[in-house]
Amino acid sequence: MSEIASSVAPPVPAAAEKLKFYGLWIAAAIVLLLLPKIFSSGGSLTTFSLIGISIIFSLSYNILLGQTGMLSFGHAVYYGLGGFLVIHAINIIGANKWPIPLPLVPLIGGLTGLAFAMLLGWVSTQRSGTAFAMISLGVAELIASSALILRTFFGGEAGISANRTKLLRVFDWNFGPQIQIYYLVAAWTLIAVIAMYALTRTPLGRMCNAVRDNPERVQFVGYDPHVVRYLAFCFSGFFAGIAGALAAINFEIANSAYLGAVQSGTVLFATYIGGVGFFIGPIVGAIFVTLLSLSLSDLTPVWQLYFGLIFIAVVVFAPGGITGLLMMHRPLLKAGTLSRMLPSYAIAFVPTLAMIAGLILSIETIVHYTVNPGDDSHIKAFGVSFDAATPYIWAMAAILLVGGYLVARKTWTWVGHAWDDATSVAREKGVAA
Amino acid sequence: MSTAIELRGVEKSFGITSVIRNVNLTVAQGERHALIGPNGAGKSTLFNLISGYMMPTTGSILLRDEVISNLPPYQINRRGLSRSFQVTNVFANMSVWENLRCAVLWAAGHRYAFWKNIDNLPEVRDRTARILQDINLTQRRDVPAGLLTYAEQRALEIGITIAGGADVILLDEPTAGMSHAETERAVALIRRLTEGRTLLIVEHDMSVVFGLADRISVLVYGQIIASGTPEEIRGNPKVKEAYLGEEAA
Repeated sequence: MSEIASSVAPPVPAAAEKLKFYGLWIAAAIVLLLLPKIFSSGGSLTTFSLIGISIIFSLSYNILLGQTGMLSFGHAVYYGLGGFLVIHAINIIGANKWPIPLPLVPLIGGLTGLAFAMLLGWVSTQRSGTAFAMISLGVAELIASSALILRTFFGGEAGISANRTKLLRVFDWNFGPQIQIYYLVAAWTLIAVIAMYALTRTPLGRMCNAVRDNPERVQFVGYDPHVVRYLAFCFSGFFAGIAGALAAINFEIANSAYLGAVQSGTVLFATYIGGVGFFIGPIVGAIFVTLLSLSLSDLTPVWQLYFGLIFIAVVVFAPGGITGLLMMHRPLLKAGTLSRMLPSYAIAFVPTLAMIAGLILSIETIVHYTVNPGDDSHIKAFGVSFDAATPYIWAMAAILLVGGYLVARKTWTWVGHAWDDATSVAREKGVAA
Repeated sequence: MSTAIELRGVEKSFGITSVIRNVNLTVAQGERHALIGPNGAGKSTLFNLISGYMMPTTGSILLRDEVISNLPPYQINRRGLSRSFQVTNVFANMSVWENLRCAVLWAAGHRYAFWKNIDNLPEVRDRTARILQDINLTQRRDVPAGLLTYAEQRALEIGITIAGGADVILLDEPTAGMSHAETERAVALIRRLTEGRTLLIVEHDMSVVFGLADRISVLVYGQIIASGTPEEIRGNPKVKEAYLGEEAA
């Protein structure tokens, strides 16, 4: 390296930093390895498997949305086709006794996703923005409706199933028990996350960011933005296919829901809530949304409504997602002024919580009267029982909602002042831009 | 001397409005050529035509004797022609360093590589560092381009334009909106960075034009009314009448 680069270029990471970086991956591997030792119930193993699948799927989606600036409404196509092909593959491999063990099968899903992305992506990636979004939606509807029409391949509404235990065994694992599936998913999650992270650190990965920021200018530094978008789309399809394959292996079934708009919406949702601006954003989002969807559906019948409200709240108040919200605090942490925020957060938390409680109470009461008015009015939501028919509850809901809102609005101004104060100190110390 | 850029009977019309009319222009290799003319004369359109952003309605454009008027911008860029924009056109969310590095990658031969670690490309690092130093933004290396001051963004704009090592450079009003001191610095920068390269520059500041250019062409209502050395242009009565007026007299 020349003298100029060493004095002007960003410093090459020191050995200690490199060690820290690789240590992070190793730590992640150890956590994945030990997780079943701490939470060993079948239910939690299934939850972890679903989270792993969702992490791969969300990260693959963020190659499009966060990194290349393409909003897709049909990403489930590549997930679902990966899943279907893998179910067929397991059946064929099992029937012919081919020497292919189950841990390699997700690769078939990945290659399926890749093949369809290569096929369908060339036209749709000509443009980004609205044109791309609309084409992705159209393709998704096309594939999803063919899933119900082409019964021999997609199995109609019932879908098609397979037995994952009939393949060649490795280390005497037949992948019947959930713990073995957990380790299979965990291993693929780690591999896929590392691969997708590495992709962001390549010339193509950087040009994806450039295309996201300014596709016009990219053309004048020698790159064809269409090709950049197309390649990003292909990688995205590949990893989505792997996620779909793991889902199919986990459930031993693939059906039209894999390909549907709900699936496409959920991945958009998880990625956006987690935060598209950071690599770990979709990981956070996948964990959050999976846990939330599993727990909310036990707590209330209208859990999808709450999902929608959370999504709207994130879009309006925290467009950077959960990760963006946390990362905002990093300069404060460095400057040591984070503690100044805590009192105002604590104060604001109380009325905000009251407002949310009022909102939930109102929603559940309204749901009772609109969805099942004839039923017993003693209902239970979020583990709390109350009588939806008493004016006392209505009044409480109104007071909590309106009063909470009025007080919360006041306290959030205090949070704003505390924020300005804390960041200006951080800026003086030179840690915030 | 061989020609770098040649325009032969180039016309451009949008609907019935013709913006560029029968323009013939030759820029020799290694020449600093300024394009001047009143607002709306079609200077930026001419740049858009040469750089492939738009295609001419008729006529042809040649880069080193090769027809480029039917090529997309990235193909023209790969053949060694690079342009800047009048309105700053950078990668706003990426750091200064990332901006310059993106502009270096293709020329350094890395194309769409997804198997190379970007931090492991010493020659890219080297070239990026050199450009960063050339445009004096070393202190601002890690700042997102969108947060730079106006003059800094203009410098980055020039940096991105020259980073790929193109030997034909088109600069569209590089000093627009700059203070006197900033303009002087920018001109010195342009002079230094385009040493040994061909430069076609659109500029409104006449002191910049007459100080920098070897030759000047005057574009009025989509037509080149005069082309020559600064002295010839200064003495040309048609130019005086159409554009320079008393200012240069």
